[in-house]
Amino acid sequence: MAGESSKKLLEIDVGVGGITTQARPREMGDDLHSETMIVNLGPAHPATHGTIRIVAELSGEKIIDADVDVGYLHRGFEKMCETVDYNQVMPYTDRLNYVSPIINNFGWCMTIEKLLEIEAPKRAQYIRVILSEISRVCDHLTCLGASAMELGAFTVMLYMMEAREYLWDLLEEVTGARLTVSFGRVGGIKDDLTDGFAERMNVAFKGVRDHLVNCDRLLTRNRIFIERMCDVAILTAEEAISYSLTGPMLRGSGVSYDIRKTFPYSSYEEFDFEVPVGSKGDNYDRFLVRFYEMEQSLRICEQAISRLPDGPVIVDDPHIALVPKDEVYSSIDGMINHFELVMYGVKPPQGSVYHAIEGGNGELGFYVVSDGSGKPYRAHVRAPSFIHMGSLRKMLLGANISDLIPTFGMINMIGGECDR
Amino acid sequence: MEQEKVGNTEQLKEFLVAVCGDAVTESVVERGDIIVTVKPERIGEVLKKCKESPSLAFEMLVDITAVDWLDSRDVRFEVVYQLLSISKKYRLTIKVPLSEDRPELASATGLWNGASFLEREVWDMFGIRFTGHPDLRRILMYDEFVGHPLRKDYPVQGKQPRVQLRYPEVENTARRMQRSDLVTIRGRKRDEGSQQIEGGVNK
Repeated sequence: MAGESSKKLLEIDVGVGGITTQARPREMGDDLHSETMIVNLGPAHPATHGTIRIVAELSGEKIIDADVDVGYLHRGFEKMCETVDYNQVMPYTDRLNYVSPIINNFGWCMTIEKLLEIEAPKRAQYIRVILSEISRVCDHLTCLGASAMELGAFTVMLYMMEAREYLWDLLEEVTGARLTVSFGRVGGIKDDLTDGFAERMNVAFKGVRDHLVNCDRLLTRNRIFIERMCDVAILTAEEAISYSLTGPMLRGSGVSYDIRKTFPYSSYEEFDFEVPVGSKGDNYDRFLVRFYEMEQSLRICEQAISRLPDGPVIVDDPHIALVPKDEVYSSIDGMINHFELVMYGVKPPQGSVYHAIEGGNGELGFYVVSDGSGKPYRAHVRAPSFIHMGSLRKMLLGANISDLIPTFGMINMIGGECDR
Repeated sequence: MEQEKVGNTEQLKEFLVAVCGDAVTESVVERGDIIVTVKPERIGEVLKKCKESPSLAFEMLVDITAVDWLDSRDVRFEVVYQLLSISKKYRLTIKVPLSEDRPELASATGLWNGASFLEREVWDMFGIRFTGHPDLRRILMYDEFVGHPLRKDYPVQGKQPRVQLRYPEVENTARRMQRSDLVTIRGRKRDEGSQQIEGGVNK
């Protein structure tokens, strides 16, 4: 919890250089040099990959207080959602966690489907699983690659970026875009998979696995890496739960909570996968959890593609999904339905609903209130990054200044999601 | 399977109402979720019972948010808590109606550390105070921001007053460089649809 002292931290003038010294009352037990130093990091520091400001108070190299200042990328996601219809929110959700935008799309779609009390067709659910898991691997690759680079392992980052490139090529082939995909639709997905996707996926996965083996050799038992990561920023299971952490952060602390297992959605109960769990709750555990999760995600994709059911990819309901184009041009019903849906949007019944899915960073929840019209009355996103930033101060207290960047890296804060 | 689940949810709801007593004014099961409405003055007590009662065991506070009903309901605000029990695998939604005259609730920071950021966001976006919060200040917006942007009476295209640059050292540098334009952050170009927000710092 940020206390009174950190409130004062923000008011201290850190000047242009970002460093200032401040005399603190000398206490018994302090050594002779009892002046503390305030270091301002961000909001435009290269290692913060995102816009965030951390004001740390140092005694020597030790962080004795820190204040985390978020919100530099706030663009009013929730306010904007209230002005457009349910399907038009899709491009906004792309910009939440922009490393795994498809998961956000599907999270939003599933929330509205829960509000409408419908379910996407089986084939759509399987394709959602495949694309979500590919995105999850991209998310973890980005997080681990960037963190490894900040600790000096530049080669690992290049390998991981190349692996991510294979996967983004797959996503680009299906959705037409690399980042801002807008591929979800209420009631299903926009399009089916492309022809020959399964073969290309297998080739890409082989490439990804090769790179992961290389990264494993370079990193996992590397002495420098281990000494920088082990026993740093430890959170016990109780602390992690108290700070509302979810996803790899919580699992790193040894709590086996994965929404795909606990509250299965989108047919996740039909796949065989394991949930890696850490033992100590330090940065190294968080790294390992992410690393082993990637292999599990690839396994889920392979199972899903081999058992992909036939059928439509979006519900057959003209009030929810657009009717096929040939019907629009050839029948008056089709024309009217198309016009109504484009002009007024999907109209869920009155009520409120909370639905959570497992995003790349943790529990990605949407709380939507409908007043029966075509636009959401209120839309709220429970962004895992934002909540994880709340625990950063606790993790930093007592750590060295050099541990700040790896700890921040393991949170994998994505600015778009954190600040909304 | 489905029947059994619904049965459990109903049982849980009954049990919850029994534990919390007359603090709960309404309880429903909607789309498989339990939603209870709690009196605002009793929320601290209900949250404590939910967390500490071994048979309920809601260990985690997942989310806090609010809804502004403006004129469409008698009571303007509604604060929404999402709780989760990892060990028992169920969720709970708690809604608290809150009047416009005194938008104040007891803070949950004593029960969960994670409540700190969530309550700061609700204060920032809706202007709902949480008494007992150790550090209630704005989080996504800057300190000088006027108003609370997610209230329904805040315009979608609002224009905020200009803010003085905070750091005197930057100001001195700017003066040395004879760049007075650096001293105030320049406002965006005035566009037709936008509305000027009046007033000073809203603390």
